[in-house]
Amino acid sequence: MSGHSTYKPSNGFTKWIDSRLPIVRLVHDAGVSYPTPKNLNYWWTFGGILTLCLGIQIITGIVLAMHYIPQTDLAFASVEHIMRDVNYGWLLRYVHANGASMFFIAVYVHMFRGLYYGSYKAPREILWILGVLIYVLMMASAFFGYVLPWGQMSFWGATVITNLFSAIPVVGQSISTWLWGGYAIGDPTLNRFFSLHYLFPFLIVGVVVLHIWALHVTGQNNPTGVEPKGDKDTVPFTPYATAKDALGMSLFLILFAYFVFFNPLGLGDVANSEIANPLKTPPHIVPEWYLLPFYAILRAVPDKLGGVLLMFSAIAVLFVLPWLDTSKVRSARFRPIYKQFFWLHLIVCIGLGWCGAQTPDLVITHVGSAESGINFTVTHLARILSFYYFFHFIILFPLLGLIEKPKPLPESISASVLGTAKS
Amino acid sequence: MAEIHADEPTRRDFLYVATGAFAAVGAATAVWPLIDQMNPDASVLALASIELDIGAIPVGQEITVKWRGKPVFVRHRSDAEIQAAEAVDISTLRDPQTDDARLVKGPSGQLEKQWLILIGICTHLGCIPLAYKGEFNGYLCPCHGSVYDTSGRIRQGPAPLNLEVPPYKFVSDTKIQIG
Ligand code: HEM
Ligand code: FES
Repeated sequence: MSGHSTYKPSNGFTKWIDSRLPIVRLVHDAGVSYPTPKNLNYWWTFGGILTLCLGIQIITGIVLAMHYIPQTDLAFASVEHIMRDVNYGWLLRYVHANGASMFFIAVYVHMFRGLYYGSYKAPREILWILGVLIYVLMMASAFFGYVLPWGQMSFWGATVITNLFSAIPVVGQSISTWLWGGYAIGDPTLNRFFSLHYLFPFLIVGVVVLHIWALHVTGQNNPTGVEPKGDKDTVPFTPYATAKDALGMSLFLILFAYFVFFNPLGLGDVANSEIANPLKTPPHIVPEWYLLPFYAILRAVPDKLGGVLLMFSAIAVLFVLPWLDTSKVRSARFRPIYKQFFWLHLIVCIGLGWCGAQTPDLVITHVGSAESGINFTVTHLARILSFYYFFHFIILFPLLGLIEKPKPLPESISASVLGTAKS
Repeated sequence: MAEIHADEPTRRDFLYVATGAFAAVGAATAVWPLIDQMNPDASVLALASIELDIGAIPVGQEITVKWRGKPVFVRHRSDAEIQAAEAVDISTLRDPQTDDARLVKGPSGQLEKQWLILIGICTHLGCIPLAYKGEFNGYLCPCHGSVYDTSGRIRQGPAPLNLEVPPYKFVSDTKIQIG
C-alpha cells in the first residue's frame, strides 16, 4: 500500500478497471508483491490465523443467529434445539463456541510474539494500539456471546461483569441499570447483548483493516528487530508468506478440530449446561479461561472500586507500552536481561490465570508453625503476581532500557541469516 | 476605510462558530433518544409492589421471594441473632448502621425486631449471598467471599455496603408489602 506499486495491468480490460477502481492493484500490492522480511518464523503466521478465526466466527455466528432466539424463556431451549434438531447444528455451535477459545489462543500468541520481538516500538506504535483495541473488542464480543445461551454461568458472569460499572462513584448504579434496561439482568439485557454480539465482530473487521493498513505502511518487524535494508532482506508475500501462513493455519486447524470433535466441552464450564436461575448463584463463579488473569487481579484487591480500577488498568497499560519501553533494541534476542523477564512475565500471566480459576480462600500452603503461622491462600499469590504484572511494565520496561547492555545487532537481516547458518 | 486585521475575529467567524455550535447541540439532542432507549422501559417501571404472608416462616428460617426481578430475603430472626446484631459496636463497621435503623415498625408501633427484610444482592458485584453461612452466621457471598452479619451489614470481604433494605411495611401482623 505504501511505496511504489509494481502492479502492471496485463490487458485492455484490467487497464480499464485499473484507471477507474484500482482494486486489483490494491490486492496485488498488499497480498502478492508486498515485501516480507525473509527471516520470519512461525510465530508470524498468527496474523493470518487470527483473520481465519474472525472469518470462522462470523460465518458460524450468522448461521447460528438463524436459529437462536434472544428471549429469556426461549434462549436456552433454542440452543438445545440447535444442538439436537438443526442439521449440523451441533457442529456449528461447537465450532463457534470453541472458535472463541481458539481465537484467544491465537491472539495471546500474537501479542506475546509482539512483546518478545519488540514489535510495539517505533514506528509501529499505532499498529500496536490498533491491535490492543481489537483485543478489547474481542473480549467484549466474547462476553456478549457467552451470555446468549442463557446458562447459569451466562447469567452470573454477566451479573458480575455489568456490576463492575456500579463501582464508579455517584453514577455507577445508574450505568448498571442503563446497561440492563431493568433492575437486574433480564429480557431487555439479553436482547441488546444479542444485537451487540452481532455488531461487534464487524467493528473488529473495521479495526483489522486499519491494523493491516498500518502494517503495510511500516512493514513487518522480524526476529532480529533490524529493519530490512533493501530487496536482499525481503521476499514477496506470495508465494513465500502465503505458503508459510497456509501451513501454520493447517496445524492450527488440527488443534481446533481436536477440540470441536473430541473435546467440545473441555474449554467450557459445566455450570453453563444448566439453565440460568436468577435466584441461585452457583457456588463457584468463573469467567471463560481467556479472562481469568484479569479476574484474578480484580479479586486480589480487597476494595471494590480499587479492584475494578486495577483490572481495567491491566488492559490499559498495554496501550502505552511503546512509551514505557526505553530500549532502542527491539528483539529480545539481543536483550539478555529483558529476555529473562519476558519469560517470567509469561509465567506470571499464566499463574494469574490459574489463580482466577480457584476459589480465593483456597490454601496453597501453610507458613510458620501449625498454631501461629498463616495460611498462604490463592488471594495472597494473586496479590504477588498482580504486583509483578504492573512492576514488569511500569518499572522494568523504562528501567531495563537504561541499564541493560544489548548484544551487538547484526548488520542486516541477510547477515544474520547467513551468520546463524555458519555457527 | 476601516482596516480588517486577519487575527481579529470577524462577524463571519462568529457566524461560523455559532452555526457549528448549533449543529453540535442538535446532533447531541438527536443522540439522547438512542441512549435513553436503553433505560428501564415503562413496563419494567410499572412492576407493582407485592404482598407477602410471613406468618408461616418459623423462627430461624428464611425465604427468598422475587421483587422487581431481584431476590428479597425474608428472615425470621432468633433472639440470639437479634442480640448478636445489636451487640456490635457500630464504629467498627465499614458501613455504620445500627440494627434498629434497618428494621421497620409493625402495626403495634413497636420495631419488628424478629423480621429482617433485605435485597438479596451482594453489594460487591451482584451475586446472591448464602444465608446462615460465614463467620457471623448471617450471609456469605460465594463469589468473592463477602461476609454479612445477622443484620445484613458488611463485615468482611470486598463489598463496600450493607445489604440494601427494600421499601416495605407491615399491613397486618403477618403480612408485609414490599415496594
Ligand atoms: C469476534 C467474533 C465472535 C466471538 C469471539 C464470538 C463468541 C461467542 C461465544 C463465546 C458464544 C457462546 C458459545 C456457547 O458457549 O454456546 C457465542 C454465541 C453465539 N454467537 Fe458469537 N462470537 C463471534 C461472532 C458472532 C457473529 C458475527 C454472530 C452473528 C450473529 C454470532 C452469533 C452468535 C449466536 C447466535 C450465539 C448463541 C448460540 C450459542 O450459544 O452457541 N457470533 N459467540
Ligand atoms: S459479588 Fe459478592 S463478594 Fe463479589
